Amino acid sequence: MSTATRSLPRTIGAHAILLTYTAIALFPVILVIMNSFKSRAGIFGAPLTPPTPGTFDLIGYTTVIGQGDFTHYFQNSLVVTVASLFFVLLFGAMAAFALSEYRFRGNTLMGLYLALGIMIPIRLGTVAILQLMVASGLVNTLTALILVYTAQGLPLAVFILSEFMKQVSDDLKNAGRIDGLSEYTIFFRLVLPLVRPSMATVAVFTMIPIWNDLWFPLILAPSEETKTVTLGAQLFLGQFVTNWNAILAALSLAIMPVLILYVIFSRQLIRGITSGAVK
Amino acid sequence: MAADIRPKRPFRWHIGIFLAPAVLVYTAIMILPLAGTLQLSLFRNIEQHQIFVGLDNFRTLFGDPNWSVNFWNALRNNVWFFIIHMLVQNPIGVMLAALLSSPRLRFAAFYRTAIFVPTILSFVIVGFAWKLILSPLWGVAPHMMDLVGLKSFFTPWLGKEQYALTALSLISVWQFVGIPMMLIYAALLSIPEEVIEAAECDGITGMSQFWKIKLPLILPSIGIISILTFVGNFNAFDLIYTAQGALAGPNYSTDILGTFLYRAFFGFQLQVGDPNMGAAIATMMFLIILGGVCVYLFLVQTRLRRYQF
Repeated sequence: MSTATRSLPRTIGAHAILLTYTAIALFPVILVIMNSFKSRAGIFGAPLTPPTPGTFDLIGYTTVIGQGDFTHYFQNSLVVTVASLFFVLLFGAMAAFALSEYRFRGNTLMGLYLALGIMIPIRLGTVAILQLMVASGLVNTLTALILVYTAQGLPLAVFILSEFMKQVSDDLKNAGRIDGLSEYTIFFRLVLPLVRPSMATVAVFTMIPIWNDLWFPLILAPSEETKTVTLGAQLFLGQFVTNWNAILAALSLAIMPVLILYVIFSRQLIRGITSGAVK
Repeated sequence: MAADIRPKRPFRWHIGIFLAPAVLVYTAIMILPLAGTLQLSLFRNIEQHQIFVGLDNFRTLFGDPNWSVNFWNALRNNVWFFIIHMLVQNPIGVMLAALLSSPRLRFAAFYRTAIFVPTILSFVIVGFAWKLILSPLWGVAPHMMDLVGLKSFFTPWLGKEQYALTALSLISVWQFVGIPMMLIYAALLSIPEEVIEAAECDGITGMSQFWKIKLPLILPSIGIISILTFVGNFNAFDLIYTAQGALAGPNYSTDILGTFLYRAFFGFQLQVGDPNMGAAIATMMFLIILGGVCVYLFLVQTRLRRYQF
């Protein structure tokens, strides 16, 4: 590499811009978490300083945990996310396998049909989805949410997974066929383990919008029993507009699980994006 | 799903079985309701019966001042929302990606991870956190502007009609800048080393290398982030709803198609929900998004040459 690409001022400039933007990106998050550990006087008196022994207070957290039914909401979110994720990955991988492995009439058409949902958001069908759920008695059940999120996640999952399944070597599959494995065994025992990294990518892509969605819980499952953590937090924040300790604590509680998961899986996610999964 | 019907080959059931679950769920929960919504927009509930009224709902939507004022307002706001994203989010994303992809940059992984953090947070968190920061009650924003001597410029942006929508658009930009950054970053990484080296041999480095060599090569990715932004913006709802409520205050100045659809369909306060009008608005959103996607597919994508290395 020539020296021209490594001039010192340019490097410093790049770091300065990136650092500034990193600060902008992280500042609100840090501010909220920092202040959630302070007393009311600390929050208003010195919002920009980290909690000191004088201002440290867990009153916000005790209010939130005492008031809201957050563990229950959390459970609902977890059930919905994990179940939808399971179905998206299983059904998505199966369809992707069929589309990438076999040549049959209507293959391209089926691929296009399934890809339609990448561009057209499922939200536009809400009116009829609600009618459908009312008719089948699924309103205010987690099943309704799981079904909707499965349908929502499938198009992208099929699209990305079939790109990856095309790369699995034909020789391996044909060797399996010669050994008398059925097509199902080839899929589950040979192909699935090989595409596991791309499954992880799809999982992360699918999971974030489901966990964060507000629209469908609000419309399909707003009852106390089925509230997800996003909807619960929204309503809770609406009720406690003046209790700043509680609001900041609730926001921090909502941020932290996602943040921890992100830090663990960020490598996977970023590798997934940059490996050309989304071309 | 029809298998090849050649004399030798038996019907390949497994293809159907592999495809069936995905196709069934997708069709039943996504495609049919989408079609059903389009169909509902042509009906109206008169005395408990769904009566076919043709395009009357759309006539109401465009002609009846009770609806049309709100509709055009929401559409205008939505266009502004989109323009801000295109002018601020995507250029910043491209710039960050260009910096990140510079060779041998230290801490690149750290920057990448940190800048993507807002994107994974839910709208509820983002909307509320910014509402608190911009709130004159807390005083974080005025205090920080005071530090750089700009305190006189502070106003409660989210509460003023002329600023609220722009402020919310910028919050949304803050949240989503990670997506264009990542996609462009991926595209920049896929440019082969030889092309860059050839450019360097010709003495093209630094900024001019970016403008003359890299930018033309990543144009297809810029096309993709533009259409993703378009679809995302015309389908947005959550941020406005969490920050300003379903009424999209102050005085509907932050109302976009998503919140307008929610109010029409579900009703809010004095307004009674009307599924058929909701379906009509959803149909308009569908047509707008479809239009955008078609423009992208037929006009933009076919003209951008894809470079295969």
